[in-house]
Amino acid sequence: MGLTQIGASILTALLVGAWTRGTTRVFFLLALSVLAVFWFQPAVPLRSFDFWIPSLSIFLVVLIWFITSPVGAWRTRQNILGLAVIAGIVILVSLTRYFFPDPILTATTPPRLILVVGFIFLTAVFIASFTYLSRRFVVTLSLVIITLLAILIILKSPTLSLQLSVFFRTLTNRPTDTASALDLRWLGFSYISFRLIHILRDKSRTPQFPLSGSVRDKQTGRLPELSLPEFATYVVFFPSLSAGPIDRAERFAGDLKKDFALTQEETLLAGQRIVIGLFKKFVIADALALIALNDALAVQVRTADWMWIHLYAYAFQIYFDFSGYTDIAIGIARLVGIKLPENFAGPYTKPNLAQFWNSWHMTLTQWIRSYFFNLFNRWIRSYKSLPAWTMLLAGQLATMLVIGLWHGVTVNFILWGAWHGLGLFLQNRWSDFAKARFNINNTRLQSVLQVGGVILTFHFVALGWVFFALSEPALSFGVMMKLFGIP
Amino acid sequence: MDDRQLTMVYRPSSIVTQPNMMNPQPSLRLLPLLLKATLLFVLFNFAFTFISGLSLGKFSLYHSVFPGRERFPFGESQKGYNLSLFNLDAMFASHVLVGTPKETNEYRVFLIGDSSVWGTLLTPEQTLAGQLNSQNISACGKTVHAYNLGYPYISLLQEVMILDEALQYEPDMVVWLTTLESFPRDKQLAAPLVANSPERVKQLITNYQLPLDPNDPSLNHATLWDQTFVNQRKDLANLIRLQIYGALWASTGIDQFYPEDYERAQTDFEADYEFHGIKPNETLQGKLSIEILDAGMNAAGVPTILVNEPILVSDGVNSDIRYNFFYPRWAFDEFRALLDEHTSSRGYHYVGLWDLVPMTEFTNSGVHLTPFGESMLAEKVGEAIQSFCK
Repeated sequence: MGLTQIGASILTALLVGAWTRGTTRVFFLLALSVLAVFWFQPAVPLRSFDFWIPSLSIFLVVLIWFITSPVGAWRTRQNILGLAVIAGIVILVSLTRYFFPDPILTATTPPRLILVVGFIFLTAVFIASFTYLSRRFVVTLSLVIITLLAILIILKSPTLSLQLSVFFRTLTNRPTDTASALDLRWLGFSYISFRLIHILRDKSRTPQFPLSGSVRDKQTGRLPELSLPEFATYVVFFPSLSAGPIDRAERFAGDLKKDFALTQEETLLAGQRIVIGLFKKFVIADALALIALNDALAVQVRTADWMWIHLYAYAFQIYFDFSGYTDIAIGIARLVGIKLPENFAGPYTKPNLAQFWNSWHMTLTQWIRSYFFNLFNRWIRSYKSLPAWTMLLAGQLATMLVIGLWHGVTVNFILWGAWHGLGLFLQNRWSDFAKARFNINNTRLQSVLQVGGVILTFHFVALGWVFFALSEPALSFGVMMKLFGIP
Repeated sequence: MDDRQLTMVYRPSSIVTQPNMMNPQPSLRLLPLLLKATLLFVLFNFAFTFISGLSLGKFSLYHSVFPGRERFPFGESQKGYNLSLFNLDAMFASHVLVGTPKETNEYRVFLIGDSSVWGTLLTPEQTLAGQLNSQNISACGKTVHAYNLGYPYISLLQEVMILDEALQYEPDMVVWLTTLESFPRDKQLAAPLVANSPERVKQLITNYQLPLDPNDPSLNHATLWDQTFVNQRKDLANLIRLQIYGALWASTGIDQFYPEDYERAQTDFEADYEFHGIKPNETLQGKLSIEILDAGMNAAGVPTILVNEPILVSDGVNSDIRYNFFYPRWAFDEFRALLDEHTSSRGYHYVGLWDLVPMTEFTNSGVHLTPFGESMLAEKVGEAIQSFCK
């Protein structure tokens, strides 16, 4: 999100928060969120793809709502109205091509109305058929999860993205030599897909379903039925569309259902959060970005001292950038009565790696823990012959590799994940070893160890960023050597 | 229960009413909030006009946190860790000259000129200043230390403006490399650095009695609106960016983007005889800013050498008509004659090196040299410095 989009989001959130209540607020938020899916989507070189990609996001949201809702749920007044609002916004965006010489809601001119109406009709037919099938074959839910994961893998893999771009270019008679992995930038899909998988997984109804666990969820009422406006607003909520956090549906819906009136105090708190976020992102992070470690600096920097400075700059840049966006999202959401979860809790002040991961991109970590780590652990424990340390190593390594791959399917992200997986394992082993042998009662020594732990953890994380920041393993290893003065 | 205490609450399958929890907080009154915010914003902007007149460019991290740059910041290139800003204070504050105390055995030479002196496509060591310093030459019993005060864009007035500011840093000699393209009257106020420094231009006009209009529309006189924070934000951001690039300059020694491939200077030309609209049957007399040249030559009060800098002499198509992209032969030949006559009549130290460098040693322009071309020039300029020193 750029400054214009953030400014518009703040203003509309203020208006919605101050002047709408109850149902009206929900529908306004739905309309704004669907609109934002189109408006925030960056331009892509393939014709009208900056319209079709957001349309696919909306299609997936509606499809998954249908297949996870009770039979006939769509016939209620608010769900029909929700469908009308969604379809109306898609048509409205398409209509702008007829009224404005330059695109105003999309990056490039949207396609002709007839194509959009045809798309809506086809998706309606598909959704109806697929919903019908999903009532009979539970496997369809797994199929949708697999499809979402497949799209995610393609988008995150430069090679697969490039191949797909070549495919689309061939299909549309466009030159393939200029194809790029960036041709298919799908704004917010990482977050949209994780929210949808969370719902699909928690809504899966039968014990036969491979990822089941939902019986308990339903019994405890963790995931109540959501109307289409609530569901869609949750998945594509405009403040958290592009950079999270990944909220839980039941918590989000709880806020949406509450009676909310924007008070002066709420406005002040939200405003403070937004200002802090803007300062973090657009002053600190953007300034640090100029000197943060990158591929060019990896080969240009002449001394180890300066290499450390560029690495520190990267470590703080990525923190201020991401946490700044989170602050802005939390602040804007607060203006409309939604209290989004925190994503950061002073990660660089933590004395060990486990605590770092409990305070860095917390909603992603929680998601991975719920939907991967716990399942993986359960599975690996079924191999009773394996020694405990192997299970621990495998669990931590696999989890961190998944987090790495979520950022991108490249060797460097795998190395970054492995770095943290091994780090967590070693820290766990050391912790057990130290607890059994040392009993430190001296408070001063405890403080020194605490400070030492913070410094050590920060530097471990910072060195991990060498893999994250650079595109090639060779560059990363070169920087590692330079950092330690190895010629 | 009062009806007003009933609030509409949205539920997935129905709209239900639910008693409102008593909320002690007053609701937000949006319009007064927006009005106050707008008023504060306007007041802040106009309060800012009071500090925008201050020389903010003099505050710099160079020389304290980062080493000074070997040449002025120029070129909008993030890859080259460089930017152009039209703030002479900030440009000097980042230059190595400002943070280098003059040593007793230093013979301080200022090199003034355009992009050829600044060193387009050359690393700092490959520029004229860099090559002169690597020669370790002596003049008047002292070690010559050359400072690169060149700046791209071609205008004599810009060069005099830089020289005028640099004089406070105690030069022992000034070497002014220039070419015909800097002389036309219409070019003097057009250089962005000049156009954005109307107060300095006014001072130069007064101090050197230049026949220029201080109210010329080419000069960007800042209005009150121009000085508000909203309008100054880009300049402020540039000042901050210049400081941040100091870290990159310190860590990499790079201050320019050096492309692996670039378009070579043109050597084949159309049969075009005109120079700035002047035809061969006319004369350059009266159309060149000779008085600005005089101002610069007399400004320093120390030996000042005027160099007619090397230009590309082409042997391509229509090279009998034109030397290069800039000059038809007749115009440059007349310029040389004028310069010879003027410098000898005024007793200036003058060195004509226009044809020193072969065509193959030019890069992307008729005045930009390769490192080898630059070394040829450095040798001659070094000899001139030694012979003219006092």
